[in-house]
Amino acid sequence: MTSTFLPDKRSGPDVGPPLPTSGSGRARARRRARHWLTAVGFQVPALVLFGTLVLLPMLFALYASFFRWGGFGMPDDYIGGDNFTRLLQDPVFLGDLWRCLLLVGLSLLLQLPFALALAVALNQKIRGRAVYRMLFFAPYILSEAITGVLFSMIFAPDDGLADHVLGAVGLDGVGGQWFADPSTVMATLFLVMTWKYFGFHMMLYLAGLQSIPAELTEAALIDGAGPWQRFRNVTLPLLAPTLRISVFLSVIGSIQLFDLVWVVTAGGPDHHSETMAVTMFQYGFKRYQVGYASAISVAMFGISLVFALAYQRFVLRRDLQGATTTMRGGGA
Amino acid sequence: MGDPALSRRGFLAASAAAGLSMTALSACGGDSDGGSSGTTTVEWWNISTTQPAKDVWAALAKRFEAQNPKVKIKIVQLENDAYKSKMTALTASGKLPDIFHTWGGGVLRQQVDAGLVEDLTERTKEWGDGLLPVARAPYLLDEKAYGIPFDIGMIGFWYNKAHFEQAGISAPPATWTAFLDAVRKLKAAGITPLALAGKEKWPGMYYWAYLAMRTAGVDALTKAGEDKDFTSDGFVQAGRHLQDLVDLQPFQKGFLGAAYSSPTGQAAAVGNGKAAMELMGQWAPTVEADAGKGLGEKLGFFPFPAVDGGKGVITEVFGGGGGHALRKGAPQAAVDFLKFFASAATDTELVKKTGVLPVLPAAESAITDPNIKAVQAQLKAATGFQLYLDQAYAPALGQEVNDSVAALIAGSKSPQQVTESITKVAKEEQ
Repeated sequence: MTSTFLPDKRSGPDVGPPLPTSGSGRARARRRARHWLTAVGFQVPALVLFGTLVLLPMLFALYASFFRWGGFGMPDDYIGGDNFTRLLQDPVFLGDLWRCLLLVGLSLLLQLPFALALAVALNQKIRGRAVYRMLFFAPYILSEAITGVLFSMIFAPDDGLADHVLGAVGLDGVGGQWFADPSTVMATLFLVMTWKYFGFHMMLYLAGLQSIPAELTEAALIDGAGPWQRFRNVTLPLLAPTLRISVFLSVIGSIQLFDLVWVVTAGGPDHHSETMAVTMFQYGFKRYQVGYASAISVAMFGISLVFALAYQRFVLRRDLQGATTTMRGGGA
Repeated sequence: MGDPALSRRGFLAASAAAGLSMTALSACGGDSDGGSSGTTTVEWWNISTTQPAKDVWAALAKRFEAQNPKVKIKIVQLENDAYKSKMTALTASGKLPDIFHTWGGGVLRQQVDAGLVEDLTERTKEWGDGLLPVARAPYLLDEKAYGIPFDIGMIGFWYNKAHFEQAGISAPPATWTAFLDAVRKLKAAGITPLALAGKEKWPGMYYWAYLAMRTAGVDALTKAGEDKDFTSDGFVQAGRHLQDLVDLQPFQKGFLGAAYSSPTGQAAAVGNGKAAMELMGQWAPTVEADAGKGLGEKLGFFPFPAVDGGKGVITEVFGGGGGHALRKGAPQAAVDFLKFFASAATDTELVKKTGVLPVLPAAESAITDPNIKAVQAQLKAATGFQLYLDQAYAPALGQEVNDSVAALIAGSKSPQQVTESITKVAKEEQ
C-alpha cells in the first residue's frame, strides 16, 4: 500500500530517501492524519455543494414522490405508491417510454453508423478534411434552444425554408406539416437531433481512429486483407471502446431529452413528441403536482441508473478494468 | 521559528477553513434591508420588463418617492415565466414581496389560503370602490378585495375587414350558427378563416371556455370549479359546438405546431393577412403588428357570438387583467402606493403610454384607438365576467382544461371525454 501523498521533503531533519523504516510509526501516523485533515478540508466545500444541491434534492424528490404535494409548504399528504401506480397507467408516460425507446433505436441504427461512416471517410487523406470536420462538428456547438428555434422556422409548414427548398426542386407537396403533424413529428425531431449530434459522435470516432497505429492496418494490408476486412477486423475492434462510450452517451442523452423538444413542440401536437423530462416539467412547473412530477423524475433516475450500471457491468467492463470499485474491496 | 512547512500548512488550513465558511456564509446572504433612519423601503415586484412600460413605471415610482420622501420604492422586474416560478418558490418559503403582481383567481387564492396576502377590503375602501367592477372582479375572493387592478381586458374575435368583404360577409356574426356560416364563406373564398396556436394550448381553451359560458351560463364555470364536476350537459354541448367548428377545418396549415407570437405563429398569420380571424385578448393588435405586419385600419373586433338556446348572453365577457397585491403585514406606504397607482392621473398616463385599458372611468378619454375603444365599450357594458380559466382554477385544473381542449381540437378526445378528464383532475385536487 503506497501513500497517495508525496513525502514532504522539508518536514524534518531526517530528510532523505523515504525509507520504509524512517521515522517512528507514531510520527508517520500523525503526519498522515494531518494530510488527511487537509484533504478533507479542501473537499468540504465541494462536498457541501454536492450534498445540498445534488444529493439532498434527489433524496427529497424520492421522499416527495410518495406524497400528493402541490409544492407549497412541506409534503404532508402521504399516498404510498399511488403516484407510481398512476405513472404506469398514464398513457402519456407510457408513450414517453415508447418514444424514448424509439429515439434510442433510431440513434443506434442510423445516427451513430452515419457518424462512423463520416469519421472513417474524414480519416482518409482527402483535400480540405479539416474544413469538413469543422463544418460537421459546428451544429454541436449551438445550444439546443437555438437549434430548436432555428428548426421550428425551417420546418414551419408552407412558409419554412424546408418547404421552399423542396418546392424549388420540384418536390412541392412532399413536405408535410413536419412538427405539426402527430404522424411526422418524431421523424422530424429525430432528423434535427441527428443534425445536432452526429458531429459530436463523429469527433469521438475520429479521435479513436487516430489513436489506432497505422502499422496495424499496414500489416493487414500486407497480409492481403481487403478494405472491408481491414475495417471489420482491425479498425472496428480497436475502435470498440470509443463506440461503447458513444452509445452510452447517446442512450443517456435520449432518456433525458428536454431542451430541444420543449422549444420546438413543447411535447405536442397532442403529446406525440413528449419525453419523460417534458412530462415531468409539465406536472412540476405547470400543474404544480410536484409529488407526481417527483415520481416521474424518480422513474427517470431509476431507468438511467439501471441502464448505466448494467452497461458498465456488462459492456464497459473491459474499458473500466481497475477503475471501478468492486465489492471485494480495493485493498485485497 | 518560521518553519516554512508549518506556515504552508497553516495557509492550507486557513484556505480550507475559508472555503468552509464561504459556503456557510453564502447560504445566509440576501435580504438585508438596512431599514434605519426612518425611511421605509417598499419592494415592488412586477413583470413590466418591456418598453415603454418599464420606463413609465420606473418614472411613476420616482414621482411617488418625491411625494413621499420617507419612502423608497425598490423595483424588481422579472419576465413573466421567471416571475411565476420565482413566486412559486417564495410562496413555498412563506415570504412574499411587499407589493407583487397578481392575476387574481386560483393562484391568488392559494396565496391567500396560505395566509400570505393582506386583506385590502377596508384599507382601500374609500378609493377602491371607484374602480370599474369588471376590473376588480378577479381579485375579489369571498367578497374580500385582495388586489388592486391596473389593467383589464377581454377576449374576442379580431378580424380582417378586407377578408370579410371579399367573402361577402356583411356584418360580424352575432350567433354561433352565423359564425360557422362565416367560416364556410371564408373557406369558399379561399381564405383561411382562423389562426390558432396549437402548440401553446391556451388560445384553444378560449373557444371552449366561451362556448361553455354561452351554453351553460356565465356562473357555470365557477360553480363547476367549486363542485369539481364538469360533466353537466352544457359543457358537453360546448365541446360539440367546438367540434362543429373543428370539423370545418378552419385553421391555418400546421396550426397544431404553431406558436402564438413567433414570426410563423398565430398573431403573425392574422397580422400578415394569411388568416381572417383570431380569438384573442385586447393585446392582439400590438402582437399582430410586432410578429407580423399588422392590419391597421383593416382590423376589427367583435364579441364572441351567442349560442342559440344557450343560457349565456353575448354581453358576458371572458378575460382578465393585471393587478397588485400586498404581502400580509406590508407597511402603510405600500397601500399608499397602490392608491397612487390607481389614481386618475396615473391611470390616464398608463392608458396613454403603455396601452393598457382603463380601470377608472376617468381615464377612458385617454383611449384613441377605435378597436381598443370597442373593447372598452364591451367591458363597460359587461353583464357578467369570467376570469381566464388557467388563472381562475388551480394550476393543475387550468392546465388540464388547456390540455383536454387541445386534444379535442386535435381529434383525440370527444366532447364527453374532455368533461370527464377535467372532472377527474378537479376531484384529485384537494
